[in-house]
Amino acid sequence: MTDDRKVKIAWKDVHKGFGGKPVLRGLDLEAYEGRSLVVIGGSGTGKSVTIKTALGLLAPDSGVVEIDGQAVRPGRIDDPGVSQIGMLFQSGALFDSLPVWENVAFRLIHSEKVARKEAKDRAIEALGQVDLDADTGNKRPSELSGGMLKRAALARAIVAKPNILFFDEPTTGLDPITADVINRLISRLVRKMGATAVSITHDMASMRIIADDVAMIHEGRIIWKGTLDQVDTADDDRVRAFVEGRSEPAEG
Amino acid sequence: MNPLRVIGRGVLALLQSVGAIAIFAGRAVLGVVRPPFFPGQLMGQIMQIGFLSLPVVGLTALFTGAALALNIYTGGARFNAESFVPNIVALGIVRELGPVIAALMLAGRVSSGIAAEIGAMRATEQIDALKTLSTDPMRYLIAPRVLAGVITLPILVLIADIVGIYGGFVVGVNSLGFDPSVYVRNTWDILERWDVISGLIKAAVFGFLLTLMGCYHGYHAQGGAEGVGRAATHAVVSAAVLIFAANFLLTSLFV
Repeated sequence: MTDDRKVKIAWKDVHKGFGGKPVLRGLDLEAYEGRSLVVIGGSGTGKSVTIKTALGLLAPDSGVVEIDGQAVRPGRIDDPGVSQIGMLFQSGALFDSLPVWENVAFRLIHSEKVARKEAKDRAIEALGQVDLDADTGNKRPSELSGGMLKRAALARAIVAKPNILFFDEPTTGLDPITADVINRLISRLVRKMGATAVSITHDMASMRIIADDVAMIHEGRIIWKGTLDQVDTADDDRVRAFVEGRSEPAEG
Repeated sequence: MNPLRVIGRGVLALLQSVGAIAIFAGRAVLGVVRPPFFPGQLMGQIMQIGFLSLPVVGLTALFTGAALALNIYTGGARFNAESFVPNIVALGIVRELGPVIAALMLAGRVSSGIAAEIGAMRATEQIDALKTLSTDPMRYLIAPRVLAGVITLPILVLIADIVGIYGGFVVGVNSLGFDPSVYVRNTWDILERWDVISGLIKAAVFGFLLTLMGCYHGYHAQGGAEGVGRAATHAVVSAAVLIFAANFLLTSLFV
């Protein structure tokens, strides 16, 4: 694919293993500025590890992840690349000890040193963007349903207006209707913010709503990448089988 | 397998653990002294570790002081030294039993609680979430807990000392026939300032160790609910062993 799109995030020959077992085996991937990349793949193929290397949560054994051409330094929470990222975790990962609004406003209060009153106002505004009301902000995460939890976590991811958003299995554990609502919410917010988004999922409905670009990871490598329009006619049968939900390659 | 290799592996694993704990402790101390600070977190932990531990520490100290008085009276009677009950209860509580028993109770209550809480945060990706929100977990989670342990343990031990001596006093006066004013005067006369201060220094060290163990094992918990349970167990056991070891070392220094 040769075009003038600017690479925002690049994984370059990234290797990562755990306890001698390789998970990423020379992963090469690019996410383009202002576009939504969805990485698909089966369980245990290295999707979450891929995101965690870009967040600096895991250090590659070799290779490098770059954001805006700067290498991500693992464990450096003050890196410029990491500080422009919003992340939606699979489980939501809201802090149990804080009310929802304070979860949403966490980065504003503790990293950006915004006054609590203003941070609360901005948190409630962000909750409004994900269709949650101000009363929800005063509840504890344990009082929320799965769908509300995902929305609140989404509000936390977008409140500081990041220009990169990561979504780790955004619809896992949700019923189809709620999953569809979350997918459309993500799609709308990413486009409205003009952010670069990287999502990992094995939910094909999610991929079709969120993606501009699609890449498939298999055994720690990217085996196919293209646009959403191309995914159904991919020249790799493993991609078509995954998208169609087939366990065996097509005959003939 | 070659027995030397087995021993070598064990020694290496032990040294690796000691090194990892030392590095973790160093990072925790850095988090205490270098900004950003999280005073809200610190106050919450002082409440959790200190104030909410008062009943268990107080009750333990009360019964320990009472039992100590009975034992010393029985033992002392064998060589006509019953009158030393107030002196030995006071010294025993202030120099040894107050700090050690309070710390052991807190190892059970606080170390396991911290390990379970932080372990659950690890399992549910909340620690990763902190990092993505540009907040250092060492400063936000670990440093306030360790500092709260160092601050609150001496206060708890001071209270335990008073309550423990009172337990001995109640038994001494009501069961052993001591005159109340003589009991109080003997207690007051035997105690020196250093007795109290050395006990409080021990308490601060124990507070550091027991919160550090809770944090360390919770922070490195792996494997979901089972891993969290394992972390809590390891936290209590390692905190208790370190408390006894540190108590011996400090007592050697202080006598």
